Amino acid sequence: MIAELGLAALWLAAALAALQLLAGVAGTSSGAATALAALVRPAAIVQAVLCAIAFATLLVLFARTDLSVALVANNSHSAKPLLYKITGAWGNHEGSMLLWVTVMALAGGLIALIERRLPERTMLATLAAQAFVGLGFYAFLLASSNPFARLVPAPPEGAGLNPLLQDIGLAAHPPTLYTGYVGLSVAFSFAVGALVTRQVTPEFARVMRPWVLGAWIFLTLGITAGSYWAYYELGWGGWWFWDPVENASLMPWLAATALLHSASVLAARDALRTWTILLGVVAFSMSMIGTFLVRSGILTSVHAFAVDPERGTFILVLLALYIGGALVLFALRAGTVAEGERFAAISREGALVVNNVALSAVLGIVLLGTLYPLLTEAFGVRVSVGPPYFNPVSAIFFLPMLVVLAVGPLLRWRRDSFGRITGPVAAIAAIALAVLVFVGLIAGIAVLPLIGIALAAAVAVGSVLPLRGRSLRRLPLPVWGMVVSHFGVAVALFGMAADSAFQTERLVAARVGETIAVGPWSIMLASVHPVAGPNWTALSADLQVRYAAGASESIVPQARSFWAPQQQTTEAALLTRWNGQLYAVIGGEAPSEAPAGVGGEAAAGAGGEVAGGGAGAARWQLRLWWKPFVTFIWYGGVLIALGGALALVGRVIGDVRRRTRRQLVAERRADTPPHLAGSPT
Amino acid sequence: MIRLRVVLWVLVALAAALFALFALQLSRPKDDFVRSALIGKKVPAFALEPATDGRPGLSSADLADGRPKLLNVFASWCVPCAVEAPQLGALERQGVEIVAVAIRDRPESVDGFLAAYGNPFSRIGADPISEVQLALGSSGVPETFVVDGRGIIRHQHLGEIRDSDVPILLEKLREAGE
Repeated sequence: MIAELGLAALWLAAALAALQLLAGVAGTSSGAATALAALVRPAAIVQAVLCAIAFATLLVLFARTDLSVALVANNSHSAKPLLYKITGAWGNHEGSMLLWVTVMALAGGLIALIERRLPERTMLATLAAQAFVGLGFYAFLLASSNPFARLVPAPPEGAGLNPLLQDIGLAAHPPTLYTGYVGLSVAFSFAVGALVTRQVTPEFARVMRPWVLGAWIFLTLGITAGSYWAYYELGWGGWWFWDPVENASLMPWLAATALLHSASVLAARDALRTWTILLGVVAFSMSMIGTFLVRSGILTSVHAFAVDPERGTFILVLLALYIGGALVLFALRAGTVAEGERFAAISREGALVVNNVALSAVLGIVLLGTLYPLLTEAFGVRVSVGPPYFNPVSAIFFLPMLVVLAVGPLLRWRRDSFGRITGPVAAIAAIALAVLVFVGLIAGIAVLPLIGIALAAAVAVGSVLPLRGRSLRRLPLPVWGMVVSHFGVAVALFGMAADSAFQTERLVAARVGETIAVGPWSIMLASVHPVAGPNWTALSADLQVRYAAGASESIVPQARSFWAPQQQTTEAALLTRWNGQLYAVIGGEAPSEAPAGVGGEAAAGAGGEVAGGGAGAARWQLRLWWKPFVTFIWYGGVLIALGGALALVGRVIGDVRRRTRRQLVAERRADTPPHLAGSPT
Repeated sequence: MIRLRVVLWVLVALAAALFALFALQLSRPKDDFVRSALIGKKVPAFALEPATDGRPGLSSADLADGRPKLLNVFASWCVPCAVEAPQLGALERQGVEIVAVAIRDRPESVDGFLAAYGNPFSRIGADPISEVQLALGSSGVPETFVVDGRGIIRHQHLGEIRDSDVPILLEKLREAGE
């Protein structure tokens, strides 16, 4: 019964989305005061409630393990812990799509409920666009991915007890990214709405900005967490592989970062109108392209999951409709959106334009690199594009952008001169130069990491300089947000540069009892023994490690073999200190390189190798890294997101205050005559 | 303004081209594995020393003796190779001739592996530096090739042979024998 309730709620929500679209279009074209137009906001609000009901029923079905529902039977199991039963609701294609439309409907309902700052016609067009985007996903869900489909007869037990998928990170990752993507869909709807009514105003930017900020915070966290996941799970010691799935999450982030900054210019100075609209369209396009690349499986990736070409086709159709439609609308309207305010090249706006151009260029580079294999494959040539392309080419644009990032926030709006900020700029340059020379002299490291470390110092100093001479207690939260985010960039950059400059790597074949030196660490292989898990067996190494002259600690890297599905994974062992991480991986038994010379020993090892037992004299492949300051990469990512959160809270508090003040004024005006009339007593 | 409009129409055209490319790629069947480029071609010439005392070595001439056979690329240190051993045994019992290349291995280990998991191979060549493996276009162990009587590679099986793969390989061998 409860599954049917969810399905009914979903159908009703879809019908309301259709109503919202039609009424919104009618209201936009014939004026906001019609009877139809009055239906748009209630439709959006009720739709949000219905979606919430549908999603809640799915959660209940998973919590109860109702095996008569196909989705539950395929993806859950009565013996799972309750937490993973519930998170399992969105750990699959259908559930995640339902989560997507639910978050989207909640966002639409929230706008409909509270947003009154824009002209009503723009709001109607925005909500119509939101309904149009939503309808595509409803069609997708109801036509080909019904999460509430029944399974007759119900199986006695569910099929989803894969312990690999019982991971809290895996449970939290999709909602994080989806919230980011959906936030960008709201920005997209606002952009389309503003374009339809030609009302690209600072007010529009102010209304859109919290949604972009929110999306951007979630995307930042998603990328940071995804990068750390790849770092510890894949066992290659790298934290970014320019893999298609990683790029799919990076591209919307780059576009959202650019959009965030251009929306700030539009909000503050009424400039960059068309550019902001374009970025609004591009940011959502990148989320859709990202989803498409991940789900359709047309690119080969180390993270290939949930791949299905049929679903890919559906997403492609949606992609073409939304993005193609928005771009055509934009091209038709381009001449009629008035150009915004002018500004001098040396000004806050000028610095933000540099930021935007650089981010867009990097976005183009990443997009090209990601799609290039697809393009050549169409002509029958297989290539793969990797770090040798991405690293230097994106650095060309990132490095100047970081210079501007250090200096830009010091500039004033509209018009400024370098003469005014010579002091701070000289200080930043001096510190960067000092770091460059100092680090360059004490450690002979490569050019790019050296520049990275110097720039990190410059950005760190530059990011806190806007605090100079201001009362810290009265500083608005959004400014704090900017400072914290920019400082986070410096922290992350330092982590990246330090890791590539100072990391020590040793690949050794070690006997039990042998001690290996890696950087300041001495590492003793104490023992290697087989261990068995629920559906895997593993080689487990016990390493006694010691930092400099410190106490000895134990870490246990494993090489696991899963049987169903058959898969080898490495469980890297990490030891985190404040100044970096020790990263240890065991590969397996080393093939002996000189069997003739050590005949007796080789014979002892024979036969036992597959079982992983090995003889006492066997040698084991160990891969050991000392990665100074690598953790700063993720600390930086968290700081960047924290800055975004501060700015968002500041903006929302500001909006609420302004709204209550306006309401008070309105109430006072309405109240005044009777109040005055009653006062003489 | 006119320039902006031109830029936007170029963007529309680029997006259209991108969508067309996506559609084209979606409509094509997708290989999940890297297939050998040598399928339909002759096995490259090689001659390998025996990997164990019990069996002769393997050369490309042995693969062109008129009878179709399976060429198994394995190693004693490879866990999935042990997993597929019963299936290889079953194929041998059905009269299939199986030859093998042992990758980066030593005789004692190969002997131990064959003692533990059975020996379905009529010939085993030792490939200590993976040269023949790479020449065959094989990217890992285990892999199994169907080679026809003239020494032409007809089929490549990636990963371990499971029960469900046995009839497929028999069918491919039958086709290779025609």
